[in-house]
Amino acid sequence: MARTATAPGAPTSRLGKAAFEIDDRLIVAGPLRRTLNKVFPDHWSFLLGEIALYSFVVLLLSGTYLTFFFDASMKEVVYDGSYAPLRGVEMSAAYDSALQMSFDVRGGLFLRQVHHWAALLFVASIVVHLLRIFFTGAFRRPRETNWLIGVVMLVLSLLMGVTGYSLPDDLLSGTGLRIISAILLSIPVVGTWVHFAVFNGDYVGENIIGRFYIAHVLLFPAILLGLIAVHLLILVKQKHTQFAGPGRTEHNVVGNRLFPTFAAKATGLFFVVFGLIALLGGLVQINPIWLWGPYNPSQVSAASQPDWYIMFLDGSTRLFPAWDINLPGSYTIPALFWPTVVIAGAMFTLLALYPMIERKLTRDTASHHLLQRPRDVPVRTSLGVMGLTFYVWLMMSGGNDVIADKFQISLNAMTWIGRIGVIILPPIAYAITYRICLGLQMHDRQVLEHGIETGVIRRLPNGEFIEVHQPLGPVDAHGHGALAYGGAPVPKKMNQIGGARRAIRGFFSPIEPPARVELEQRAEGRGLSPQESDRELTTSGRPTEGGRPSEGGRPSEGGRPQEPRD
Amino acid sequence: MSIPNTQSDAPLDEAESASGNPVRRARARRRSKQRRRMANVAGLLLALVLTGATYSVFAPAQAAEDDNESAAEAAGRQLYEHSCITCHGSNLQGVEGRGPSLIGVGEAAVYFQVHTGRMPLTRQSSQGLDKPAVFSDEEIDQLMAYVQANGGGPTLPSGDLRDGDLAAGGELFRLNCASCHNFVGEGGALSSGKWAPSLRDANDRTIYAAMLSGPENMPVFGDNQLTPEQKRSIINYVQTVAEQADPGGAGVGRIGPVAEGLVIWVVGISALMFGIFWMGSKA
Ligand code: HEC
Ligand code: HEC
Ligand code: HEM
Repeated sequence: MARTATAPGAPTSRLGKAAFEIDDRLIVAGPLRRTLNKVFPDHWSFLLGEIALYSFVVLLLSGTYLTFFFDASMKEVVYDGSYAPLRGVEMSAAYDSALQMSFDVRGGLFLRQVHHWAALLFVASIVVHLLRIFFTGAFRRPRETNWLIGVVMLVLSLLMGVTGYSLPDDLLSGTGLRIISAILLSIPVVGTWVHFAVFNGDYVGENIIGRFYIAHVLLFPAILLGLIAVHLLILVKQKHTQFAGPGRTEHNVVGNRLFPTFAAKATGLFFVVFGLIALLGGLVQINPIWLWGPYNPSQVSAASQPDWYIMFLDGSTRLFPAWDINLPGSYTIPALFWPTVVIAGAMFTLLALYPMIERKLTRDTASHHLLQRPRDVPVRTSLGVMGLTFYVWLMMSGGNDVIADKFQISLNAMTWIGRIGVIILPPIAYAITYRICLGLQMHDRQVLEHGIETGVIRRLPNGEFIEVHQPLGPVDAHGHGALAYGGAPVPKKMNQIGGARRAIRGFFSPIEPPARVELEQRAEGRGLSPQESDRELTTSGRPTEGGRPSEGGRPSEGGRPQEPRD
Repeated sequence: MSIPNTQSDAPLDEAESASGNPVRRARARRRSKQRRRMANVAGLLLALVLTGATYSVFAPAQAAEDDNESAAEAAGRQLYEHSCITCHGSNLQGVEGRGPSLIGVGEAAVYFQVHTGRMPLTRQSSQGLDKPAVFSDEEIDQLMAYVQANGGGPTLPSGDLRDGDLAAGGELFRLNCASCHNFVGEGGALSSGKWAPSLRDANDRTIYAAMLSGPENMPVFGDNQLTPEQKRSIINYVQTVAEQADPGGAGVGRIGPVAEGLVIWVVGISALMFGIFWMGSKA
């Protein structure tokens, strides 16, 4: 023991001493400091994955409460609880316990609703998170592994949703189960075996709820938890990506330290997510199983739909023509096979392999830590929008009978609109997105070259009227800006460069203290490639982001530089 | 007792569809649409002439036949000749291309059609629309009496129509009605622009009459299919559930996942996006 409690700098308080003793044995101070000092980029889109994480925490907590009261058995019982319209009806023990939970367990209905809303939010936030990763190119080398893990987690959460949705054994989920059974059976060659393996016999059998229960509360959550851990570890190891901007290079991360700034933000967000789910769970009814009634194979209701994240499969099934393929020897490939197994399989395979596909096509095998703006990668962006259009269109077709009913459109017309739309809309979306990307790129370049439109019209001696443009940086002999496009947002309004004599803090714009960023920028040698060392990297130019108010200032004031006032 | 209801085109009832009657009627309706467009004015004139002619030619003759017609029936006849005769004919026999025969439909059908405002029909469309009723309850009774007296048909019982077993009603509703009217009668789309309406506004007698008469695409649930006791159970269930509050909060239409999905995206995700924009703009 070289150090003693009396050495200089030694802890004197009781807490400090205790901490010292702990560190002495476990050596945690170093790694902990490193972790607490980890830097998180300061952009709202980096919080999307966190929403998914917090919804999952809510799911774990509420789901655990539900397990105390849920009985995953298909034994027939007669309901004798407090919901009168079902008293005396025969039902499975699972449905009975879900009803008991809703009406006779304190907080049961609230937590059931919290659990279900959290499930919807969980998948929705995963999807939004995935879109952010996709459109900014964050999946590129070296982050393909995390992309793959993400896609697997998405599929797992869909499976969690399906198994959970089936548990209460009500008429709605039973109808879903019937469809799952039909989908399994439609698989050529192995269909019947797969069905037997899952259901342990014919539909519906006596085991399926019990099996789904184990999958839902043990198997899938365990895998999911493991994957989340790996996902986050890889993230910490590889560090965050970040958008291009002043002081940001392929070799640093600009943002806030985990402790205290980011931790405060994250905690705040956790409570926002928690609060929102609690509000929904308390105020908006979800899956009122007592209205659906117990499952009975001879009953079915109009407008039976799965939860939103499975609705695209319902939609594809509704749109797909009834093309059964009859093979010699009384074999049939049912039409159901194509819009469910094949389409879902193809969609998720494409999604999972996209980073590899893009790498093959662009031959870009370098490591990337700076994100791309969607406009700068028009092909990927357009492909993404095209896929999204396809998905959303299928999803809407999954509710086409409700749309037909509420808006008084013929259901047959809805089906045909759906069929035509699913073929022609994605290419149209591709073309439009492509044009928009090119247009935005062009405008960026134009502003860099000619400056920002000031709205000041000047009359030249020869009588010509011109609009004065504010260059963003030094100009050459022809008055053209010499700034190169650096992949960061280009300011396009005078307000953004201090034209209003003070920095305008936009609601949607992230704030970084300019001084620090500027210091870092200098320290990083501006992060430019050698041959570009004589040019300046563009920044968003907002004083709040470390951009200088331009050399020009207001032309009416003689183009003198000006300081932001606050 | 089996009541032959020749005018209902119940899709589930194969025997009736096979008689060809609904097919003929559908064709007639299509034809009438075109005719209508071409000769609106002529139609109006024709209606006037028909009304006048019927009145002068048939009314005295019939009055002579049924001199034991009650006061209510007579008043009903008046109303009928005023509002219905153009489409349903002077003897309830129907008018080709305008309206079906009302012989044998019974007072139940009349109650259903007139009380829900579907009759008198104002516009030919894929399906008659619910409208505020044109006639008072008393007048409806008179019309019912008139049609009942001239051809008979299913009658509406009196008394408490909710006098049935609640839970059994729920089972029967899910078995017989939910496939078109949704789990608890919120309504749903049928094929070709037709729909099963929401049962929210239907009163007890309307529901009973709907089951007895099977309007449009709805099957007839005669007393063989559902006993009066079972009908009362169904009505009890529909009305009890409609009146009961939603224990979980806002019901969002009680139609399940479509509305819930909309809520999570429009309310949930938007609120959170707003939240993180806001957090992002704070240092
Ligand atoms: C503009 C023409 C028109 C007028 C006026 C009209 N109806 Fe109808 N009615 C129809 C048509 C068409 C149908 C068949 C459509 C349907 O089944 O909903 C019908 C159906 C009916 C039925 C249902 C028959 C069945 O098979 O169940 C009843 C009852 C009826 N009408 C009663 C009346 C009464 C009573 C009046 C007068 C108050 C009236 N209608 C006025 C056109 C008309
Ligand atoms: C095949 C589908 C189908 C089934 C099954 C069905 N209905 Fe209907 N129902 C309809 C249609 C279509 C209408 C609209 C008729 C019209 O507009 O003339 C309707 C109308 C009604 C109305 C009138 C609603 C209003 O306020 O206008 C009631 C009440 C009703 N049905 C009750 C029932 C009950 C009770 C059952 C079960 C015993 C049932 N229906 C089964 C299709 C169906
Ligand atoms: C380990 C964590 C989880 C546990 C212990 C758990 C437990 C349960 C239990 C016991 C039920 C049946 C009770 C009932 O239906 O009312 C249930 C239902 C459900 N679960 Fe989970 N769950 C977990 C995670 C998830 C996840 C990650 C999702 C979604 C992606 C999910 C989605 C659902 C859904 C949609 C239902 C139906 C709820 C309803 O009845 O309205 N669960 N869960």
